[in-house]
Amino acid sequence: MGLLSFLQKIEPDKKKSPFLHTLYDGFFTFAYAPNSTTKGGVHIRDGMDLKRTMVMVVLAMQLCYVFGTYNIGHQHFVAMGEHLGFLEGFHLKLVHGLIKLLPIFIVTHAVGLGIEFWFAAKKGHAIEEGFLVSGALIPLIMPPDLPLWILAVAVAFAVILGKEAFGGTGMNIWNVALLARVFVFFAYPTSISGDEVWVSGFEGMASGASVDYGWAHGLFNNLFSWMDLSTFNSAAVVADGYSGATPLALAYQGGWENVTATFSESQMFWGSIPGSIGETSKPLILIGAGILLATGIASWRIMLSMFIGAVVMGMILNGWGATPFMTVPWQYQFYMGSFFFAMAFMATDPVTASSTNAGKWVYGLLIGMIGMLIRVINPAYPEGWMLAILFLNTFAPLIDHYVLEGNMKRRMKASAAAISSHSVHTENEVTHA
Amino acid sequence: MLLAALLMIAVVLILASVLSVSDNLIQIEAKKQGIDTRKNNLSIFPNFSDLFGKKPPKAADPSRFHNLKGGHNIKLVGVADGPIENGHTSRYALKPTDFRGIAPIPKLEVAVGDSVKAGDVVFYDKLSPEIKHVAPVSGEIVEVRRAAKRAISHIVILADKEQQHVQHDIINVDTASKEDIIAYMKAVGVWPLMNQRPFDVVPDPAQTPDNIFISTFSTAPLAPDYSVMLDGRAADLQEAVDCLSRLTSGKVYLGVDGRTDEVHSAIANVSGAEKHYFNGKHPAGNVGVQIHHIAPIKNTGCVWTMSLENALILGRLMNTGVYDTSKVVALAGAQFEQPKLVKTYAGASLKELTQGNIKAEGTTRLIQGDVLAGQTAVEDDFLSSGSNQITSIKEGDQYELFGWLLPITPRPSISKTMPGFLMPGHQYEADTNTHGEKRAFVVTGQYEKMLPMDIYPQHLLKAIMAGDIERMEGLGINELSEEDIALAEFSCTSKMPLQQILREGLDMMREQA
Repeated sequence: MGLLSFLQKIEPDKKKSPFLHTLYDGFFTFAYAPNSTTKGGVHIRDGMDLKRTMVMVVLAMQLCYVFGTYNIGHQHFVAMGEHLGFLEGFHLKLVHGLIKLLPIFIVTHAVGLGIEFWFAAKKGHAIEEGFLVSGALIPLIMPPDLPLWILAVAVAFAVILGKEAFGGTGMNIWNVALLARVFVFFAYPTSISGDEVWVSGFEGMASGASVDYGWAHGLFNNLFSWMDLSTFNSAAVVADGYSGATPLALAYQGGWENVTATFSESQMFWGSIPGSIGETSKPLILIGAGILLATGIASWRIMLSMFIGAVVMGMILNGWGATPFMTVPWQYQFYMGSFFFAMAFMATDPVTASSTNAGKWVYGLLIGMIGMLIRVINPAYPEGWMLAILFLNTFAPLIDHYVLEGNMKRRMKASAAAISSHSVHTENEVTHA
Repeated sequence: MLLAALLMIAVVLILASVLSVSDNLIQIEAKKQGIDTRKNNLSIFPNFSDLFGKKPPKAADPSRFHNLKGGHNIKLVGVADGPIENGHTSRYALKPTDFRGIAPIPKLEVAVGDSVKAGDVVFYDKLSPEIKHVAPVSGEIVEVRRAAKRAISHIVILADKEQQHVQHDIINVDTASKEDIIAYMKAVGVWPLMNQRPFDVVPDPAQTPDNIFISTFSTAPLAPDYSVMLDGRAADLQEAVDCLSRLTSGKVYLGVDGRTDEVHSAIANVSGAEKHYFNGKHPAGNVGVQIHHIAPIKNTGCVWTMSLENALILGRLMNTGVYDTSKVVALAGAQFEQPKLVKTYAGASLKELTQGNIKAEGTTRLIQGDVLAGQTAVEDDFLSSGSNQITSIKEGDQYELFGWLLPITPRPSISKTMPGFLMPGHQYEADTNTHGEKRAFVVTGQYEKMLPMDIYPQHLLKAIMAGDIERMEGLGINELSEEDIALAEFSCTSKMPLQQILREGLDMMREQA
């Protein structure tokens, strides 16, 4: 209990320094579950709280972090035509990935948590856990070379206008992480779309463009050369014929044959392809989805219906077959893009999804159908989950509204039937009298 | 050959589709006629639950068997069983605060120093003076305890060694007029033993309830087995059913435990009441849940409910003319040295009932009722009317290092992130710690799982918070009472005070009515 009494001793005064106290309270309740007891109502409470719920989601996406970090480095070297084997140049790929990912992670959390803390202090409530998940998701859905200032602006936009303006965790209409991404998408489209942004560490993506290494690469070069390992080659250039295009971009141009000419199916499945940081590896995302389903944290209804919706729309588009992309067999659509990541971590956000079980079916189904439609039809950007989910976030309350109306109508009808039979009853009595 | 096979398949498919379409048409027609197709399977195809679900008990009519999904049984340490000990205490009390819907300062008929017999009038509500509240035991009035704003909280009686009862005239419930029965029940003090829903108040004698419901079992944590109180009381139960069936325009319904094949003979032999069998986890034993599945409360009407133990008091009074509140109380929970069943009277002193039986270790909280819907006992409290269970648990006012992430001590939870779901039989030593702080609603679908009713609790609670009366009514607030959503409150990840919010809503509705 030494730590406990030490922590209690350093508690700042709430009135004099509300910000410090909020900060202290946040970290104290992180370290120690509070000693509050039940008053009125139930006498015992479930061991589950929001912190644990949120941390479970964060844990479920850790494999995506591990793979995503490594894949940043891997794609970087593939573009140069060096260390083409997945595990070749392991140390270089890992270090390059960390050099790209860590700043994104730190900036996301510094900006996001900073705003959260400030609002919590200003409103005088405890720090809420919502940003634990949003902050873990945002780095995974960004391209690795995203300028940090754009990221900072996007996170600030999402947290202030997307969340705090509505009242904080649990009150927001749109998924905070996707809001950050869609902000970049519309405000700085060149940094998140096209063929050039998914592979990091180059000045451009044309053949012959030179690498763009910073001081950190130099630092590690010294270390690696001292350890007699291979080093970053600052004279390297993008290999001839390399475009940096993602499978989806290739499919848009020339259908499935065009994709398989560059990427193998197993490559796409395991995820060693260019893309947003955490979205590429399907099995690792599905492990995360499995954790969320097994613990009951994410809704299986949303996941299943979203999958069904995507399959159905994929088949419809196959039948239509007007463009090369439409002719991609529906099952291959799932090898490309971020469907599974969106399904596991984005659509299932309980705050922004439909809150009734019937509504969840409709919500997931529509995301699946609309998302697939946008992916295939949209000429500017061949992926649709972000837009589909935000679109359905907007309509989730409407879906719930109709589900609840149905419930209310059933009840009113039963009562109305009772009134009419009752009035008949009294009429009879009156005539009898 | 191939052609013949294909033809066969085609014929089978066409037949199947014709069957399925006509089957659906039957269902649609049934819905138009207002038949509940979930309960009465009109289809030629059996339901999934017909094939694999729990079979109804042998005694049960299949159409009156309700297999409830969802809910959760919280298993706690300290089950009270064994032989029934004598729990006669020296002091008893009548608590006006036990009766919702009466004025806070009732009119006392007795003063300190007066002697009363069991069944003598002690006080009445100024709003309805004909409804009498009577003494549970004979003895001397020794104290009138007052709470805030001079509201009377306890009227304490020092009990006689030899109990004396007022001998009332016996009326024949089959031949007496309904008005006479009501007047009699009000005068002898059994009227407040009934409960009116919506709002959970003492029934208004001017209203005729649509139906009257009695739940004959409890699924609450550590609740005693009701067969203990039924032994030898078959005649009293029958009399109570006969009496109650005179008061309603509908029926008297008994909610019976459908989890086992064994039905207590007192219940099996009762006639004049419709028995419905319920299988499921807590809150399947709650009368509110049972009402929802038998004949839901209409927004325009009301129903009355009675606990089994109060029904037995009513039955004995109707049979013998004696107001006898003797009952079996379970002293359950981890903080009792020896959890046990005791026989005592309504209003017994908790201090005496629990003396020498409470563990010295830790601070103990005594609860009138179960850990979900019970009330914290105050200092020197007395058994509440309608309470047949005293639960003792430890106060959980300790900090826990990383308690939210790595809980050291096992704790009950519905979450599969806790290892507890792997050990379904484990009995927990739960304490009163909240295990987290209050947050806004985040998780969805959780309350629905803990409430086997066609109600959306989270949306109802939001409607209450917004004060939207019409929506509250539409979403079914009238069907709910605190005890029904207590389990949902336990499970709430955001630690919301569900019962408190619901009561605020019910109070709003009552003001409107």
